Amino acid sequence: MTTTIKRMTSPGVSLGLIAALGLGLSGCKRNTSDQLTIQNIGSDTMVNLAQAWAEAYQAVEPAVSVEVSGGGSGIGVAALLNGTCEIANSSRHLEAEEMEKAKTRYGAEAKELLVGYDALAIYVHASNPLEHISVEELSEIYREGGSVNKWSDIGVQIPGVPDEIVRVSRQNNSGTYHYFREAVVGKQADFKPGSRDMNGSKDVVSLVESTPGAIGYSGIGYRTDKVKVLNVSKTKSDPAIVPTIETTLDKTYPIARPMYFYTPPDVASHVTKYMEWVVSPEGQKIVAEKGYVPLELR
Amino acid sequence: MEWRVRLRTGRMLPKDEKMRAKRSIWKVAVEKGIEVVIHLCGISAIVFVFGILFFLAREGLPLLWKEDTTFSISKFFGSTEWYPTSMANKRYGIFALIVGSASVVTLAMVIAVPFAIGAAVFVSEFCGPKIKETLKVIIELLAAIPSIVWGFIGLTVISPLVIKVFHVPVGLNVFNAAFILALMAMPIMVSIGEDALKAVPDGFREAAVALGATRWQMIHRVLLPAAKNGLLAAVLLGVGRAVGETMAVLMATGHAINIPFVTSDGEFNWLWMFESVRTLTATIAAELGETGQGSDHYRVLFLLGILLLSITFIINFTADVIVKGIRKQI
Repeated sequence: MTTTIKRMTSPGVSLGLIAALGLGLSGCKRNTSDQLTIQNIGSDTMVNLAQAWAEAYQAVEPAVSVEVSGGGSGIGVAALLNGTCEIANSSRHLEAEEMEKAKTRYGAEAKELLVGYDALAIYVHASNPLEHISVEELSEIYREGGSVNKWSDIGVQIPGVPDEIVRVSRQNNSGTYHYFREAVVGKQADFKPGSRDMNGSKDVVSLVESTPGAIGYSGIGYRTDKVKVLNVSKTKSDPAIVPTIETTLDKTYPIARPMYFYTPPDVASHVTKYMEWVVSPEGQKIVAEKGYVPLELR
Repeated sequence: MEWRVRLRTGRMLPKDEKMRAKRSIWKVAVEKGIEVVIHLCGISAIVFVFGILFFLAREGLPLLWKEDTTFSISKFFGSTEWYPTSMANKRYGIFALIVGSASVVTLAMVIAVPFAIGAAVFVSEFCGPKIKETLKVIIELLAAIPSIVWGFIGLTVISPLVIKVFHVPVGLNVFNAAFILALMAMPIMVSIGEDALKAVPDGFREAAVALGATRWQMIHRVLLPAAKNGLLAAVLLGVGRAVGETMAVLMATGHAINIPFVTSDGEFNWLWMFESVRTLTATIAAELGETGQGSDHYRVLFLLGILLLSITFIINFTADVIVKGIRKQI
């Protein structure tokens, strides 16, 4: 499980705390130079980005430290519902059931903030001659009862490699898995059994890297030089689209998904400020730098 | 026994009564306190085991008598369909996971047992003290490698090698995981096996040599039968290690719901060791973190935990029975 924890602390933290304590004892109002922390937990897809934001925000607002950890969208949502984080990262919508739980926990619905997009890339081995694939074909490959099991079924021959398509997928409660099921496999359908269910976005890419007959899906941010990213079309007759910032923004690339911050209905002002900064031009610049797709700025 | 007698008679002496009187209440209290602590340490193991059992049962068992659920115990054991997060039709069949665990552990033991016993014999009987020390250090080093590192080696080093050497579609498979598990289980098997061989009295060896046995005959006919107990314990501990291993198998098996022994045409698959599988432990590790507390999926994962506990309990219990049986024969 790829859980990364980044702690942002400045040298003055302990001094500040001591000062704050002293002020508190002397009965003064709480000093604004208090070290405020924001717990930011969730999506494995977004963890690199969330960390970059946290680091950059240190320069903007030294008094606020953002502590980021990954684990998966489900972990973030669970933390939100348990009240152990201020912001949950999620690469999928909150399910109705989870919204209900948030309502009972906080008395109101959890707030949602769109912070960027991620193009879901389809990866194959570098030696694979395939250049593009349609969502229809992907569905036949991944869906339970789908008709495509061999590379020759979609007219591909990889020299010196067994014909079987090695399907690489994600564990069944990851946000990426949920999105892929909804967008490609079919909302009410299930995955074909026997797919290799990797436990992290990065593991998908490294397995495809070393397996000539493999196909897998993962965020475009995890692209390496040793794998091939396919162009994707909606149906077989549509033009195949390269996953880029432009094609994601104008929605021609068919499998891009939004990334969200979820927060309790009422949050402290420093959290609101952080969220405002994330969607500001400055915060959105980092989105593009990290290989994700920023919000359209008007 | 002697010390108890002395203690008891000692207490009767008037001199001792005086000594007791001299001791401060504080010291007596401390001693009593320590006694209680040691007592607690003794029974804590039992408390923990029952605590864990209770916790597992409390989290897992309610599902068995829940009304509105797609879970059923016959499908739980009999079905290969594991779709705990499906939107349309949630299914909880773990047959494929059991087969996956069993196939990986069996192949791991087939690889590890001959090597481990061979290594134990070599270390205890053949090599000189210098080589022995070096070998033991290196073997123990194997045990010091964290399992996530083994998994990483499986994913990035062994997987491409397996594809290249055996010309199979995927390198994350039963063989890859079994190979890693064999290496992981080896250190404990070698060191316990070596202890077992060392425990055979030298008189046995001398008698065998005196009767004209060659070194090989001595090992084969005298040492191995005499150390049977300890060697069996070594193997079973290795099995226990392999069944419970999680992180390395999660990464090296491919984590795919699959019965490796059957081909898509329904025939026996002779190349089963090159199929991806999924184990019980890896499923819990991959899914428990993100399930809602108290959901059916959550409870099913705890049932898997209960099943794993039962399996290891049965292994240990059989080992105990066998070892005791052998002891009686001797």
